[in-house]
Amino acid sequence: MSLDKPYTDVPGTTIFDADMSRQGYHLNQFCMSLMKAENRTRFKANERAYLDEWPMSEEQKQAVLARDLNRCIELGGNIYFLAKIGATDGKSFQQMAGSMSGMSEEQYRDMMAGGGRSVEGNRYIGEKK
Amino acid sequence: MARISASVYTSHVPAIGAALDLGKSAEPYWQAVFKGYDFSKQWLKDQKPDVIFLVYNDHANAFSLDVIPTFAIGTAPEFTPADEGWGPRPVPKVIGHPKLAAHIAQSVIQDDFDLTIVNKMDVDHGLTVPLSLMCGQPQAWPCPVIPFAVNVVQYPAPSGRRCYMLGKAIRKAIETYDEPLNVQIWGTGGMSHQLQGPRAGLINKEFDNAFLDRLISDPEGLSRMPHIDYVREAGSEGIELVMWLIARGAMNDVNGGKQTSLRHRFYHVPASNTAVGHLILENN
Repeated sequence: MSLDKPYTDVPGTTIFDADMSRQGYHLNQFCMSLMKAENRTRFKANERAYLDEWPMSEEQKQAVLARDLNRCIELGGNIYFLAKIGATDGKSFQQMAGSMSGMSEEQYRDMMAGGGRSVEGNRYIGEKK
Repeated sequence: MARISASVYTSHVPAIGAALDLGKSAEPYWQAVFKGYDFSKQWLKDQKPDVIFLVYNDHANAFSLDVIPTFAIGTAPEFTPADEGWGPRPVPKVIGHPKLAAHIAQSVIQDDFDLTIVNKMDVDHGLTVPLSLMCGQPQAWPCPVIPFAVNVVQYPAPSGRRCYMLGKAIRKAIETYDEPLNVQIWGTGGMSHQLQGPRAGLINKEFDNAFLDRLISDPEGLSRMPHIDYVREAGSEGIELVMWLIARGAMNDVNGGKQTSLRHRFYHVPASNTAVGHLILENN
């Protein structure tokens, strides 16, 4: 019998469960390595070479090179790990979160200052707004 | 004997720490957050706790995907602020209370909660931001702190019910400790927020305020709220709120004692991506 996953119908949301964690293990551990200043320097000097030291899939490497955080999440990345890439690039958490929402940095900041994204219309995939 | 005198609940948004560390706390954007803690700073000075039992979550800093403990108690003499990728926060190191922590670990494990015991770990913003909010920028934190890390990074986090019952076991452990210590228990994280995907930036004021109401007056019922309600209503990272139930379960009123008193309540949107909530409950 398969597990009950009631969270797959939440729009724009990927729950980092054990299955995702299994797929993203090396991607997330690569991110974790960026907590060390010397690794951040080595990564920035030659991103591709640094990524090739990790047994990640080519899709995962391309997603990191493109800084496509939504794609990274789809491939098993978790936002708290992926944040280390943003930190290496000198980005704030708000800049990273905004980049996943398809909004400009300014639009996202204004949305947050205005009270954030409403839950209305955002509870279920396919729900009418 | 030791006793729990009060519980504190607060969000632990990393940008709050950055605002303090980078000298931005006087800006109107951040003043709106910090003013909610003016009362709390004075209150903490007056209360003079001997130990703070601080429930928080690690955000991929002390724990990578190599080891994922659901409940981890810090039993070390001290804990260093972590380098989360931006460099370590310039805050005092955290002094632990190994003797009380070991006592709690032994008691709680014998009470059916299988804790992971951690003798060496760094502590991230989840632990240091609540201390900064409650203490400002001192040279040293006012008392020893026992870090208690809960997994909310990889789903599933422990259920609200499990957290609430664990709070009761922690209370029992503290009350059987021989020294007359004044212990506070803090629950941190939340409130509504989502940091990932196209739904990033989700905030739900109605949910948050109902959560605060129920945490005060109906924690028993609140503890039965399923994970999916947190995810759907409060965002994928809003699930951190289960940690507040650990602190709540340790209070007198839900363990056959007298009513607790609400001393302070604050709610504000936004701090970066997140809604900030804060409560202080005192035992009588």
